[in-house]
Amino acid sequence: MSTGEKYLAAAYLVVFAAVLLYLVIISLKVSRLERDLAELTELARRRGDG
Amino acid sequence: MSTWSRNSSWAAAVPCAAAALLLLGLGLALFWAPEDADQGISQKIFYVHVPVALTAYAGFGWGAWKALRLLWTGEERYDLESYTAVHMGTIFGVLTLVTGSIWAKVSWGVWWSWSERQLVLFLILFLFYSAYFMLRYSLDPGPRRQRSSAVYALFGVVLIPISFLAIRLAEDLIHPVVFTREGPQMSDSMFTTFCVCLAGMLALAGALYRVELAGKRIDERVRELRELLAAEPVRQHVLTEVRS
Repeated sequence: MSTGEKYLAAAYLVVFAAVLLYLVIISLKVSRLERDLAELTELARRRGDG
Repeated sequence: MSTWSRNSSWAAAVPCAAAALLLLGLGLALFWAPEDADQGISQKIFYVHVPVALTAYAGFGWGAWKALRLLWTGEERYDLESYTAVHMGTIFGVLTLVTGSIWAKVSWGVWWSWSERQLVLFLILFLFYSAYFMLRYSLDPGPRRQRSSAVYALFGVVLIPISFLAIRLAEDLIHPVVFTREGPQMSDSMFTTFCVCLAGMLALAGALYRVELAGKRIDERVRELRELLAAEPVRQHVLTEVRS
């Protein structure tokens, strides 16, 4: 692999890695929102029962 | 077709279009577009660096447009939209600086050149919008924060045309000028590849913008719901007291 090819691969991989990292962050955020919603649903249900 | 159905179809279409265009762009850049006579294969960084930079400008521009809408109409939803667009612009700004540095290293032998006005102006633009977040989070949520953030986002957009003009006004340049008044200075296959990559990058930014905005809106509603549920026992207690 030539030097030019290495730098080219690096530039493309940086963008790919950034998109991948963003997807990981978003999936973590969705998991947190799911937990929050489950907690709030449980709270509302208990209020309804009580 | 219902609004929900149209929205969900659109929400699915944008990421699919982004993936298809980016994959096509990658294929065209690597296997179809010719190598540059001077720079060789490293010139193909152009197909990722320039679309990413233009997408960053688009993010900042979109953020400024939403900020203007907020100041014009006073509708609160534009605040979150402006913030999300600036957020996107900043992410693509980081990618512009990183891919540009990689290209600079292989072409010029240095990671950064302070004598290049285009680079320095882009860095100023990026730092200006990075400070946007410091301003935003230094103020309490509310109309004052919304207006201050909107005015700041509008000021920043002035730097975009300056950044474009700088490269054309400067004379001692090593940063290439590809788009001139005579049109793009590249072959048709290079220009087609560039357009596909730019469309893919803009679609990707659009998809990320929608996901980020939806996430922030849900986050806000969950917070409101939590506050409502927390306030409910107090309200019940007050009502009981009043009735008795």
